Amino acid sequence: MTDARVDTLLEIDGLTKRFGGVIASDAISLGVRKGELHAIIGPNGAGKTTLIGQLAGEIAPDAGRISFEGGDVTTLPTYRRSQIGLARSFQITSLFLDFTALDNVALAVQAHAGHSFHFWRSARGEADLRVPARAALARVGLAERSDVLVSNLSHGEHRQLEIAMALATTPRMLLLDEPMAGMGPEESARMVKTLRELKRELTILLIEHDMEAVFALADRITVLVYGRIIASGSPEAIRANAEVRQAYLGEQEQAHG
Amino acid sequence: MIALLTPRNVVVAFLLLLLAAVPIYAAWTGNAFLVTLFTRIIILGMAATTLNLILGYGGMVSFGHAVYLGIGGYAVGILAYEGVTTGFVQWPLAILVSALFALIVGALSLRTRGVYFIMITLAFAQLLYYFGVGLDRYGADDGLSIRQRSQFAGLINLSDRTLFYYLCLALLLVTIYLTWRLVNSRFGMVIQGSRSNDRRMRAIGFPTFRYRLTAFVIAGAICGLAGALLANHTGFISPATMHWTRSGDLIVMVVLGGMASSFGPLIGALVLLSLEEALPIVIRAAASPLFGDAAVRIAEYWQIVLGPLFLLVVLFARGGIDGLLAGARRD
Repeated sequence: MTDARVDTLLEIDGLTKRFGGVIASDAISLGVRKGELHAIIGPNGAGKTTLIGQLAGEIAPDAGRISFEGGDVTTLPTYRRSQIGLARSFQITSLFLDFTALDNVALAVQAHAGHSFHFWRSARGEADLRVPARAALARVGLAERSDVLVSNLSHGEHRQLEIAMALATTPRMLLLDEPMAGMGPEESARMVKTLRELKRELTILLIEHDMEAVFALADRITVLVYGRIIASGSPEAIRANAEVRQAYLGEQEQAHG
Repeated sequence: MIALLTPRNVVVAFLLLLLAAVPIYAAWTGNAFLVTLFTRIIILGMAATTLNLILGYGGMVSFGHAVYLGIGGYAVGILAYEGVTTGFVQWPLAILVSALFALIVGALSLRTRGVYFIMITLAFAQLLYYFGVGLDRYGADDGLSIRQRSQFAGLINLSDRTLFYYLCLALLLVTIYLTWRLVNSRFGMVIQGSRSNDRRMRAIGFPTFRYRLTAFVIAGAICGLAGALLANHTGFISPATMHWTRSGDLIVMVVLGGMASSFGPLIGALVLLSLEEALPIVIRAAASPLFGDAAVRIAEYWQIVLGPLFLLVVLFARGGIDGLLAGARRD
């Protein structure tokens, strides 16, 4: 083992995924170091969500290897990956709409509190589930909204709840799929603040379209275009990279005026 | 926490009083048919309650749930025919075989979703239906008469119709209570979460399949017991009990009464079976001044009234009758 590998938490090696004729992941190799916030950017259709899907175990890669904390997880089912500390949030809000915010997070706590073959005691009365759930809600600023049905929460609050649920699984690493999608500037600012606090304790792989947020938060940035990595490095290096500017950032700057 | 005198609680309390009073009222008026009708309502209400566990709470639309009524019924019928009349063997076997069948059906069907799941549960139920039709030794298509009700070594005499009625009522209430405990436990949270968003459940670390399968088996097992009760009640079992239209009736009871509600399926069973009895009489009475003797023939089309009623509930009361009572609780 080399020194560089020792503090690599997530190692992706030659990951490839094809959908018919489209290559969504083209031999992606990437290491996420312990404690860093690693952002993946790229234009729409670059294969970012497909990559997260493979990391979370929802999409099986055609080739390549994923290891987490040195162990091969390439073929591990989704729920097992969550159990060993790889938590994801969803780009399109994916919550339990007919439950309250607290119920949602308590379910995430329960998922990591042993098996759930408990048939008798009321789960809503269990402090073991409710206390950590309330704590996770408080961390994302949703403490006041814990008893509101999720279908009655705002979009921004849904995004925060997504993070709270990922946190409640006591992960070692967060896979965040566009946590700021569809957010207004105020909500985005609050999310950046939340993520900045989280990155002190957790390793985060962040997919995000909001460039301002990415450059404010990321330790390293990887740029994905048509399923292929075209650059990877510090925010400064990425900003200065000509290929990236042409392929991606240039378009963005033009689009934003 | 919540006020006790909600419309829903009042209706449920009234319903329980009504059920408790049926044999007394029947004895007073000499109307034995009432006990027969309400025993049936209670047994099918119990079957619908078990379906509600998987359909209402678990989101698993099983279109073959009546098959467990048949399995439970045949367990009693076949054993009685072969000379084993003790309920201590008949009833556990009814539960066990139902659980086993549910395990097989569930293991194969729960890997699919939506229409495929409905079709597989339907196919398995029809498979057993035709198996029953082919059981020449046990009456095949015509069914099997059960001459003697299950014997419990003199502890309880099921031939006493009043006693049998109260036994069924007690088992129904136990089923409702167990279901209520179950759906609010950790286990219940998992199957409800899985109904709501199974993909997310797996993403936060739940192997949902084994929990859903367990719920499927529990529902099948208890419905098998309801089947044993039903066979004792009618003194008869035939493949028709397992026909897919019977499974459809159970779904109607759950949806009509209110999915994911404790007393909804019982309310649904009560309303559906009462309407089945009452509608022909009401229609005949209403039509006879206009059509005279033809009113009897018109009354045969009572389902024309039942259908739109069901449609109205589905369209305007998403939570069924129970949902109406509780106010806009869901959505």
